[in-house]
Amino acid sequence: MTLSNSDTNLEVSVWRTRNGTGLYETFEVPAHDNQTILDVVSWIQQNADPTLTYRFACRVGMCGSCAMMVNGAPRWTCRTHVNKVLKHNRLKIAPLRNLPVIKDLVTDMDPFFDKWVSAGGRHEPTRTRHDPIEEIQPANEQRAAADAGIECINCSVCYAACDTVANNADYLGPAALQRAWTIVNDEKHGDRQDVLDTVSAAGGCQNCHSMGNCTALCPNGLDPLSAIAGLKRATMRQFFKRGN
Amino acid sequence: MKGHYRNHPLWFAFLLHRLSGLGLALFLPAHFYVLGMAIRSPEALDGFLHWTDMPIVKIAEFGLVFLLAVHFFGGLRLLALEFLPWPAPHKTLAAGAVAGAFLVSGVFFLNAV
Repeated sequence: MTLSNSDTNLEVSVWRTRNGTGLYETFEVPAHDNQTILDVVSWIQQNADPTLTYRFACRVGMCGSCAMMVNGAPRWTCRTHVNKVLKHNRLKIAPLRNLPVIKDLVTDMDPFFDKWVSAGGRHEPTRTRHDPIEEIQPANEQRAAADAGIECINCSVCYAACDTVANNADYLGPAALQRAWTIVNDEKHGDRQDVLDTVSAAGGCQNCHSMGNCTALCPNGLDPLSAIAGLKRATMRQFFKRGN
Repeated sequence: MKGHYRNHPLWFAFLLHRLSGLGLALFLPAHFYVLGMAIRSPEALDGFLHWTDMPIVKIAEFGLVFLLAVHFFGGLRLLALEFLPWPAPHKTLAAGAVAGAFLVSGVFFLNAV
């Protein structure tokens, strides 16, 4: 019994940066029955070209480091099986869209994290450590809405998939807005009004065109599209109540 | 297109809504210009209306009605998507019910005219 059927090869085009721009370089990579995109990239780096730069850490879909564009769509490469995305035995692997490229497959994720923070990502407590812990009922509607979005691993797949981000550099993007929606529904957050004000300003939730690429591609099965729709409803209600 | 990040129904719904909107936006100035002829020169309007009797223009009108219908229902779709916090299967059922009712009433309407 063999674990592999490496008599066939995959044709893998990988984006390489060269003198400020870049090009696709093609490698022949042995095909295996069980193989992720990250396995393919690692094989190239270990066996064909040690100068290939890419980023990963946990390899099990927890850390959000390894996302890349694979055959036209952003994917978490550590948990994307080659067979799921292979087209005519070819793979095209590129750095995430909508983010500056540092080298080869590595993007600078600062804009993504900066927006996460500016959308209200930082927790404002309502009590001190000397107060008793506030009781939150897990079943209440607000908590359920917050729970739906908290498993985000910050992989930036939704941000790379979003055409609105591509056309508007100031748009906060699906991940940051979904984070804002979890906070708006978090009874333990001290300044929820501030978060609502941020997401209703320029670059906020009203920029979303509801294309749904974020929800279609979120590797954790989250639904930023519905979270942003929730923010749109909340800011709309506020507009009719307060007049701004 | 397989596997591309835009290859899903919501993105195509967006594209259809945007293209139908652009088509209608191009049509509207021409529409108002022709309506304005009724005030400026009724003879020119009659001449134009005679031109619109051509079969090709009649066929093009189907395209216009298609754009209007697509854009109208696309707008309703967006309102439902963003302002009704219902579970997705409920929305699918509701959309199916509306489509079914539209089909039945449309058949009766066509029989009546």
